[in-house]
Amino acid sequence: MKNLFQKSLKISVGVALALFLTSCGNSEYKLFDPKGPIANEQMWLIIHSTWIMLLVVVPVIIMAIWFPIKYRKNNDKNEYLPDWEHSNKIEAVVWTIPILIIIALGVITYITSFSLDPRKPIKSDKPAMVVQVVAMDWKWLFIYPEQQIATVNEIAIPVDRPIEFLVTSDTVMNSFFIPNLGSQIYAMSGMENRLHLIASEVGTYQGISANYSGFGFSGMKFSTIVTNEQGFDEWVVSVKSSQSPLDDSAFRELRVKSRDVPPKYFSDVNPLLFSEIIEQYTGGLNGK
Amino acid sequence: MASKHTVVTDPDPIFGKLTWDSFPYHDPILVTTFIVVIIGSIGIIGSILYFGKLKYLWKEWITSVDHKKIGIMYILVAFIMLLRGFSDALLMRSQQAIAVASESGAGYLPPEHYDQIFTAHGVIMIFFVAMPFIVGLMNIVVPLQIGARDVAFPFLNSLSFWLFVAGALLLNISLFVGEFAATGWLAYPPLSGLEYSPWVGVDYWLWALQISGIGTLLTGVNFVVTILRMRAPGMTLMKMPVFTWTSFCANVLIVAAFPILTVTITLLTLDRYLGTHFFTGDMGGNQMMYVNLIWAWGHPEVYILILPAFGIFSEITATFSRKRLFGYTSLVWATAAIMILSFIVWLHHFFTMGAGASVNAFFGIATMIISIPTGVKLFNWLFTMYKGKVEYSSPMWWTVAFFLTFAIGGMTGVMLAIPAANFVLHNSLFLVAHFHNVIIGGALFGYFAGLTYWFPKATGFKLDEKLGKWACGFWTVGFFVAFMPLYILGFMGMTRRLNYYDNPTWNFWLLVAGAGALIVLVGILIQFYQIFASIRDQRKNRDRTGDPWNARTLEWSTSSPPPFYNFALLPEVRDRDHWHDMKQLGLAYKKPEQYHRIHMPKNTWAGIVISGFLLVFGFAMVWHIWWMAIAGFVGMLASWIIYAFERKKDYYVEINEVEAVEAKRYQRLERAKQLAEEAERDADKATTISV
Repeated sequence: MKNLFQKSLKISVGVALALFLTSCGNSEYKLFDPKGPIANEQMWLIIHSTWIMLLVVVPVIIMAIWFPIKYRKNNDKNEYLPDWEHSNKIEAVVWTIPILIIIALGVITYITSFSLDPRKPIKSDKPAMVVQVVAMDWKWLFIYPEQQIATVNEIAIPVDRPIEFLVTSDTVMNSFFIPNLGSQIYAMSGMENRLHLIASEVGTYQGISANYSGFGFSGMKFSTIVTNEQGFDEWVVSVKSSQSPLDDSAFRELRVKSRDVPPKYFSDVNPLLFSEIIEQYTGGLNGK
Repeated sequence: MASKHTVVTDPDPIFGKLTWDSFPYHDPILVTTFIVVIIGSIGIIGSILYFGKLKYLWKEWITSVDHKKIGIMYILVAFIMLLRGFSDALLMRSQQAIAVASESGAGYLPPEHYDQIFTAHGVIMIFFVAMPFIVGLMNIVVPLQIGARDVAFPFLNSLSFWLFVAGALLLNISLFVGEFAATGWLAYPPLSGLEYSPWVGVDYWLWALQISGIGTLLTGVNFVVTILRMRAPGMTLMKMPVFTWTSFCANVLIVAAFPILTVTITLLTLDRYLGTHFFTGDMGGNQMMYVNLIWAWGHPEVYILILPAFGIFSEITATFSRKRLFGYTSLVWATAAIMILSFIVWLHHFFTMGAGASVNAFFGIATMIISIPTGVKLFNWLFTMYKGKVEYSSPMWWTVAFFLTFAIGGMTGVMLAIPAANFVLHNSLFLVAHFHNVIIGGALFGYFAGLTYWFPKATGFKLDEKLGKWACGFWTVGFFVAFMPLYILGFMGMTRRLNYYDNPTWNFWLLVAGAGALIVLVGILIQFYQIFASIRDQRKNRDRTGDPWNARTLEWSTSSPPPFYNFALLPEVRDRDHWHDMKQLGLAYKKPEQYHRIHMPKNTWAGIVISGFLLVFGFAMVWHIWWMAIAGFVGMLASWIIYAFERKKDYYVEINEVEAVEAKRYQRLERAKQLAEEAERDADKATTISV
């Protein structure tokens, strides 16, 4: 039975690993299919840290299989030391190796916490474009203050241009996340969170909410259209041509709970709407 | 769990918010479950009355303050709740296995129902399976390991247990009356606030956790005092068995962390009941404060669950390697280090909230530092096996399964601890896979190992070894098949708690995960059958010596099950492996020349009565039935005061009674000796014949 158990364990691990490896190059692995430098660095961070940790995890797994087999009760060839309980040498090694690995990972952690800080502006010769993001029940509202347009569940951004997302919520906590582009950040009412991202490849990528926010949560998806400057301008024109401004009544309508909302365009928007949404939740006490 | 949420704005003075709509009679799944539960309960109560066992139950179990019996009851409830928590898991797995769609309404569970299920699953598995399981094991084992006759405060222990049961009952009532929270297991506001969750689900969550949480806090106080003050003479701190050490650290964590939970829940209760704004934006409240507070409790909680499991693995590895534990001192220091560090890492649960880079870096590195003592522990267990004679009993199977799974879980944990990597892994199925990896592969496997190991001590007979190994095999394989796909889905960008998804490539892996859950189900069924079969065949598996594994620590020096006073004479401890030492020196099983009378606590009605009133209070608060809440609270207070004025809470066991009990024990030992000799003769005969 022991053999059966070991065999099935081996087979299941092997099958899983093989399936995983063969499909890894496939674009379905969004975290391994970066479409921007932030996501790219994060992918390599995950891969490098895994390799460093395998330095200790692999020997542990080998020892965890080898020791109980070698020192099994019926194997009389082994030395048996029933009272042996201490060895300075071994203690030194088993403390030192994890410490060294954690020092290495700690340095990486420290450096990347700063270099990949979501608030850090991205260096580029092009100026950053601001997109204001509002999580609502259960859809995403995007406001382009420079272009004076707004959309629901769809954004377009020019390729290679740094984007500064200002993120808040008009409802409960959500998390704004475009897996192909990298970092997510919480959307919270009464607060403005900042997330800098940049896309380096043209395409359409799915964005989601990554924090459970109620019954319509699963449908809080949006498409992120990454296009060239010309394509972006055309997209802005098409939004403008929708002829429906995001006025008070349109905004009231948006606040009604709704699920699986298709993309919507608004040709005009109150440039102060974003800060008004935030101020609703500060109760006149914050920052005044 | 009603999938239809009703909001009652003006509660009735008699029935509060309760209306006919509160009962889910329109939901066929729930009505069927309800009928099954009712028939089951009638069957159990009926047979108790039919066989006239009510008095026995009341006298020997319900009112008992005996730590061993309380421990058994904890584990019994944990197993019952495991069934419910695991049913929730199966429901979730099957929903996600079929719900490929671009619009809400896919699968067979609408979000209103599904979201309650994943909330209930998390709450049940942590608070009502893992916690009682480990508290039960500590109850059975710790006093025996330190040579005590009971815990420091036996009545509090009984009260803790019944408070926990009251919380569990309240949670289960929500299945059939009203609904449970649909907020995720930690109920972050504003979602858990009145504005976004106006129905009673969150109130059930609040009161079930509040009542059982107070029980846990009392347990913590009880065990800290027990371990510090009630050790047998000679047992210095550095001679304590490792399980006692890890339990001690876990209980210190309970005492330090659970008050945070109590206060946080109270503040949320005030927000919901009195309209305060601790966690909502108005009037300067702050949702981020809740998230910080709940994880300031939540992270230590993880270590409350896993540290005792580390202790269990230490005991088992040493016993079945037939060797002293390698690096005892460094294991103890590693445990203490983890205990302290677990309090300064809570922010790693929400790196994505937007704290600055230096804050994130601090908490990331602090988290990684925990992996150093944890890694050291793993090496210590490995070197305990090194140059030993490892015997593959089923507790050892669970232990080796733990080594293999935990190494992976630890690694993914460190990956999540790197803030910049966490920004893409957070809240994904990678995270879900990670914490199941450490809680199942670390804590739960440890509890199963401990249950198998100490079962004969608690009951007097072993669990069936063969079935135990099969259960371990199915659990381990099932675990890998169920959770490795979730790591992969995390890399694919699938976030947690989805009711449906529009990506067909995810479906394959979710089907694999579902198959894994079914393999685990087989493991659980084998465990239930194992318990049934072992009770049925208990004669065969009887432990007459009290030391069925040839083990090393003090709990094995008394009989199985131990007499209610545990030790006729308190042992004088000289060595870390005291019992092993006595066996080596030939001092084991010696009949003492003289007994003394023994001071013991009396049973009490107060634990169950106080908790019963609190259950009434909790239910009334959920439904805003104020008269009933007042009645429940006054009843609770009155019964506590009445108990406080009771005079005779203790008594003495006279010498002749002790002698009678002990005489029987030595008869059993005699019989065990005979049987062993017979077995040896048979073995000799067999060899002569074969020669």
